[in-house]
Amino acid sequence: MSLVHVTVTAEQPVPARTLSNVRLARLARPALGLLLPVGAALLWEIAVRAGLSDGRLVPPPSRIFEQFAELARNGELQRHAIATLWRMGLGFGFGVAAGTLLGAIAGYSALARRLLDPTLQGLRAIPSMAWIPLFILWLGIFETSKVALIAVGVFFPVYLGVLGAILSVDRKIVEVGRVFRLSGPAMIRRILLPAVLPAYVISLRAGLGLGWMFVVAAEFMGASEGLGYLLIDGQQLGKPAEIVAAILAFAVLGKATDALLSAGAAPFLRWEDAFGARR
Amino acid sequence: MMLALRNVGKTYPNGVRALDGATLQVGPGEIVVVVGGSGCGKSTLLRLICGLDQPSQGAITLDGTPITAPHPKIGIVFQEPRLLPWLSVADNVAFGLEDRPKEERNARTAMQLERVGLHDKATVWPRELSGGQAQRTALARALVTRPEVLLLDEPFSALDAFTRIDLQDHLLDLWADAKPTLVVVTHDVDEAVVLADRIVVMRPRPGRLFAEVEADLPRPRDRQSAGFDHVKWRVLAALDRSLDRAVAATGDDAPASAGAALWW
Repeated sequence: MSLVHVTVTAEQPVPARTLSNVRLARLARPALGLLLPVGAALLWEIAVRAGLSDGRLVPPPSRIFEQFAELARNGELQRHAIATLWRMGLGFGFGVAAGTLLGAIAGYSALARRLLDPTLQGLRAIPSMAWIPLFILWLGIFETSKVALIAVGVFFPVYLGVLGAILSVDRKIVEVGRVFRLSGPAMIRRILLPAVLPAYVISLRAGLGLGWMFVVAAEFMGASEGLGYLLIDGQQLGKPAEIVAAILAFAVLGKATDALLSAGAAPFLRWEDAFGARR
Repeated sequence: MMLALRNVGKTYPNGVRALDGATLQVGPGEIVVVVGGSGCGKSTLLRLICGLDQPSQGAITLDGTPITAPHPKIGIVFQEPRLLPWLSVADNVAFGLEDRPKEERNARTAMQLERVGLHDKATVWPRELSGGQAQRTALARALVTRPEVLLLDEPFSALDAFTRIDLQDHLLDLWADAKPTLVVVTHDVDEAVVLADRIVVMRPRPGRLFAEVEADLPRPRDRQSAGFDHVKWRVLAALDRSLDRAVAATGDDAPASAGAALWW
C-alpha cells in the first residue's frame, strides 16, 4: 500500500461522517424532547396489553387514538372544535380590541391613566371565574356570557402589556421623533407602535393562553357543544378516553394558534437585537 | 442664519438651575464649541436651542424668529446614535424626509449615505453597525434634511480615540459641503481646538458662559503644531479658572448641583 493511497482513504470518510453527524444532531435535538412522553405512553400501552392494568380509568394510547379517530370520523370532533374556536375567536377579538385601546389610552395620557388604571387594576384583582354567575344573570346562559368571560380573560394581559410597553418606550427615541416635529398620530405610528410591538406580541400570546383557559371554564357553565362540553360529557358518562381526546384537541389548537400568532408577528420583529432573537 | 441667545436661563421643575444668563451670538457657518466640566449646563444649552426644552428666562432666536419648539432648520446629533432599531440604515437616514416625494427621498438618502461612507450598509439593521458607523448614520440623518444649524452633543465621546479623530475630520469635511452653523458640546479640549472657530468655556453651579477663546488657526489643523498647543493651553487655563470659582461657591447650593448632574 503506497503512502498516497493511505492518506486518501484516511481523509475521505471524515467530511462525509461529520456532515451526517450534523444532520443527525439537528434531527435528534427535538427528538430528545419526545423521549419522555413517548416513552411513558409506550410503557403504559405495554402494561395494559400485558394485563397489569385494565386501563379503564387511565386508557392506554391506543384506546385514546381510537376514540379520537372515532370522534373525527363521525364529525363530532370538528363540530365541537369549531364551536370552541368560534367562541374563542370572538372573545379573543373583543378582549384584544378593548385591552389594546384602553392600554394605549392609559399609556399615552397621564390623565386617562389616573382615571382608568386604579379601577381596572381593582377589577383585575377579582378572580375572573367569580364573574360567571353574574354574567349568566346578565347575559343569559348562551353564547354572549361565554364570549364575555373569554374577553375578560384576554383583556387584562393585553391591557397591562400595552400600558407597560408604552410607558417603557425609551424617552431618547421619542425625542428623535420630537426633533423631527412628528405630529401626535405620526409619533404613534412611526415611533410608539413599532417600539411596543415586541412587548405587544408577548401580551397577545399571554392573552391567548388565558383565553384558552377561560373557554374551558365558559363551556363548563352549561354548553351543548364545544370541546369543554366534551370534557364534561366524558366525565358524566365515565369515558376517560373521550376526556383525554378533548384535552389533546385543546393542546393541538392552543399550540397551533400560538404558533400562528408568533409566525404572523415574526416578519415585523426581524430587527430585534435581543438575547432570544439569536439562534 | 444668525443664532442668538439673549440672557437664557433654565430652571428645571425640581428647582435645579441648570443654566443662567447665557448670552451668545453664532454667525452663519461659524463653528462654536462649548466646553466645560460635568453639570455646567452644556447639554441643557443644546436642548434649549433645538427646542426640546423651553428656557425659563430669556429668548433664543434664529434670524429673529423665537425658538420654542423643534425647528426644521435646526438639526441635532446626540451623544448616543439614537437610531430606530426597526428601520434599516437607509430608512433611519430618510426619517426626516417623510414629507418629500419618494424619488427625492431616495436620492438624497443615497447621496448622504455615500458622503458618510456607508452606502454599502444601506439595507443593514442598526444593530449590525459598529459604534462609529452608527454615529455616522446619526450624522447623516441630521444632515440629510439640510439644517442651517447643526447641534452636536458630545457626539464622539463614546467612541475610541482613533474613530474619534477620524470622525472629527469627517465632520469638518461634511461641514464644508453646505457650511451650516455648528454648535458642538464636548469635554474633550483637543476636539474643541480641532473643530472650533470659537470656543466657549462654561462654569458650573449654576451653568454660565464663563470665557471665550478664539481659535484662529488655519484649516486643516495640525494637532501637533505650536499654534494648536497655544489655543489648547488657553482653553485649559480658562477651564481651570472656571472650576476654581465653582469650588469656592460649592457651599450654599451643593445639593442642587448633585441634582443637576442627573441631566447629563
